[in-house]
Amino acid sequence: MRQIAWKPLALTGPALLVYAVVLAGPVFLMLLLSLQGGKGQDGFTLAHYAEILVDGYFWEIYGRTFVMALGVTLICLLIGVPEAYVLYRMRAPWRGYFLLAVLAPLLVAVVVRTLGWALVLGPTGPLSTALMALGIVQQPVSLLQTMSGVVIALVHVLVPFLVIAVWSSLQRFDPDTLRAAASLGGSDTAIFRRVVIPQVIPGALAGAVVVFSLSATAFATPAIVGGRRLKVVATSTYEEFLGNMNWQLGSALAVLLLVVNILVVIGASRLVEKKFAHVFE
Amino acid sequence: MKNGPLALCFHALFVGFLALPLVMVMLVSLTAKSYLSLPTDGMSLRWYAAMLDNPQFIAAFKTSLLLGLSSACIAQLLAIPAAYALARMQFTGRQAISAILMSPLLIPHLVLGVAFLQFFSQIGMRGGFAGLVLAHTVVVAPYAVRLMMSAYTGMDPSLERAARSLGASAWTTFIRITLPLAIPGVVSGWLMAFIHSFDETTMTVFLASPSMTTLPVRIYLHIEETVDPLVAAVSSTLIIMAVALMVVLDKWFGLDRLLTGGGPKDEQ
Repeated sequence: MRQIAWKPLALTGPALLVYAVVLAGPVFLMLLLSLQGGKGQDGFTLAHYAEILVDGYFWEIYGRTFVMALGVTLICLLIGVPEAYVLYRMRAPWRGYFLLAVLAPLLVAVVVRTLGWALVLGPTGPLSTALMALGIVQQPVSLLQTMSGVVIALVHVLVPFLVIAVWSSLQRFDPDTLRAAASLGGSDTAIFRRVVIPQVIPGALAGAVVVFSLSATAFATPAIVGGRRLKVVATSTYEEFLGNMNWQLGSALAVLLLVVNILVVIGASRLVEKKFAHVFE
Repeated sequence: MKNGPLALCFHALFVGFLALPLVMVMLVSLTAKSYLSLPTDGMSLRWYAAMLDNPQFIAAFKTSLLLGLSSACIAQLLAIPAAYALARMQFTGRQAISAILMSPLLIPHLVLGVAFLQFFSQIGMRGGFAGLVLAHTVVVAPYAVRLMMSAYTGMDPSLERAARSLGASAWTTFIRITLPLAIPGVVSGWLMAFIHSFDETTMTVFLASPSMTTLPVRIYLHIEETVDPLVAAVSSTLIIMAVALMVVLDKWFGLDRLLTGGGPKDEQ
């Protein structure tokens, strides 16, 4: 018989025990509740999942959540990757200062940053004023309760995660490669496209998975900027729980979101490993 | 390796984009008027005074502070031994245990909020402080474990061997040699745990009750009702605190390393 390693078990035991009671317990309970019938009904049922799947209203909400998360992820990639590269090419001490400026928002609570966007995007905000001054619009405009507004605010909340993911993959990148490419006559654009991009793809995709997952499940930003009209899965789960008191349906919504989220994350990671295996060698 | 003018323009726009909403919040908080406006004719700190007189925000701030302190301490107490086993020992199931301890990072906070709400309702702990502490402990523990693991892997194991060979017991060696060497990891892990607890909103919004609310949730509920200069003043205070914290953290540990989960800055 194999000897049981008591020492590591004793050291990790307290943490595992807390996780078993406080994490595994509640998640298991949530799964059970999502399979339970209404009040006073015994046995298990898939009725709540069926309700979600046949109701066009919920399809719309899941669809909107997916489109929102995809949009946020693409914009983050589009602006986060070049920004990380610009930071990488900066000299000390600027590089340090600006890296700090890009990461600092992560220390500010999401509600605070979202409040800022509610002020900027509102009808009396600077965006509306600027567009009117430029003569682009005649009436005050508001991006509140619009998809564009939610996407802009979420990009702001999440783009630092992408910059830092690309930044750490650039840290392993030998600057001599750039010098070699330049000495062989590569233009800046060509170097960026053919030398830098292939190197940072794994980091960028890892960051993109994080951004997608966090934006698909974000609550405060869609709730504040999107409001009641622009519902996503997170805000409608909140409403089912604390507004309609339909906990079974709310649990089913959350479980579905969890499952879709895990599938997307695992799928994307598989894709990265398969397609970009050469980069990891 | 120089950035061209186009790259620098892009960079300026990017940084401006990041700063814009935060600057906006701070400007609005300085207004002298009683409604939302930019402080174009005269600045005032009246909303900061109003904030200090607001018992709801003060109570929520105290709750957040106490919650962050307790959950970070408990998470660190769990992480210090667990990370040691994971970083230094070879045993069956090491990978699995490490994956389990990191798993809260993979579960959306929305799902955790839903799960905890039901759990605490069932066992009669809904809306209490103890429930919040337990929930936050699990959410912030991965950060503590990650930074403790990199602190243990980063140190020279020959120092411990020297202590043991000179007759120190395993416990004495850990307390007198290993832990002091891991202090940067202990501090940075604790701070990351505290920050994540202090900022957590999505999960806590499900768990908070009218009498027990954290500051971000209080801000969220306030914004849902009305956006006024008062909430801008509270938010600006948080921004100023974050900037101060950032300067300190960067000086001690290097912010990029903290946020990517690497160890404290190497001595260079």
